[in-house]
Amino acid sequence: MEKEPIKVGMAEMQTALNPDRLITIGLGSCVGVCLWDPISKIGGMVHVMLPDSTQGRNVQNKAKYADSGIIQLIEYMTKLGSRKTRIIAKIAGGAQMFNFSQKNEILRIGERNVQAVKKVLNAEGIRITAEDTGGTYGRTIVFSTIDAQLLIRSVNKNTITL
Amino acid sequence: MKDYSELNTLQVDALKEISNIGAGNAATSLSVMLNRKIDMSVPRAQIAPFAEIVEVVGGADKEVVGGYLHVGGEMPMGLLFLLQKEQVMFFMDILFSKEGDTQEWNDMYESAFKEIVNILAGSYLNAIAMFTKAVLNPSVPSMAIDMAGAILGEVLQQIGEVSDYALIIENIFIEEEREITGHFFFLPEPETLEVLMNSLGVL
Repeated sequence: MEKEPIKVGMAEMQTALNPDRLITIGLGSCVGVCLWDPISKIGGMVHVMLPDSTQGRNVQNKAKYADSGIIQLIEYMTKLGSRKTRIIAKIAGGAQMFNFSQKNEILRIGERNVQAVKKVLNAEGIRITAEDTGGTYGRTIVFSTIDAQLLIRSVNKNTITL
Repeated sequence: MKDYSELNTLQVDALKEISNIGAGNAATSLSVMLNRKIDMSVPRAQIAPFAEIVEVVGGADKEVVGGYLHVGGEMPMGLLFLLQKEQVMFFMDILFSKEGDTQEWNDMYESAFKEIVNILAGSYLNAIAMFTKAVLNPSVPSMAIDMAGAILGEVLQQIGEVSDYALIIENIFIEEEREITGHFFFLPEPETLEVLMNSLGVL
């Protein structure tokens, strides 16, 4: 029987070894960043809630932010035996769940999260090989360390595979 | 007060008390609007990391209807009303005097639901304003039908900027005949706690 995927909750991160899978249930405006090293087949997932740790008043939990979260996840993966230069990324989420009439900065958080994640990955030299971001609906994502396959489930939508 | 983890038992009890009064007001309004008897649970307060808070609503992948409004001004906070998807249809049956045949969601139901949220939140906030004499500026309500985790995530982001924990105070409204249970969540931001504690004399 296939093993249950490892859960990654809001503002959490996890690493996994081949053949384990990682899951985040109910991503809204948060972004699920999935990293994978094709040689060691080590995978990692971080459930990013906010774009920028330098804007935060309380930064003890690094997984909460795009910048500190991604950098720490890379560190964990390299400690397990990944090589940073080989790591690729797949990202999903960054939706806008509520349709506010007044669109201020705070409420465009999904979009800002996606931008921040891309900026950090780019700065770290990590290529994004697939993404499913934006929209106005939630996503549940399952990431395989066997082949970096990313399953994305949504309510009232077909499951897609990236 | 910098973080929710600094709250003591007495202060949490005081928060539950104020929430109970607010919810009592809200239940009365709901009862008048639906012309039904509405019962109310004892409030629950939980201080937990974000990952655990999602379990309060019964799991992140449950499909729910959420109405949310953010309150600005001296006491920033979020107010969220969550119902299971099937149950919101019962509400619409009652509101529009239909006999249990509401199936498809439409724009009219959307505005009716937002109105319910508006009235619930308004009555709730009245109680808080009475205690604190603070000026509260609620936004217009917005709604989403989706996974509970996705909806709650967006609401919690406001709090994520200042804390690693969320404080969530929950009141449950129950309509017995159709067994509707609506979950009303009060999410005060840290600066709001200080104002509340001060006016309740438990700072």
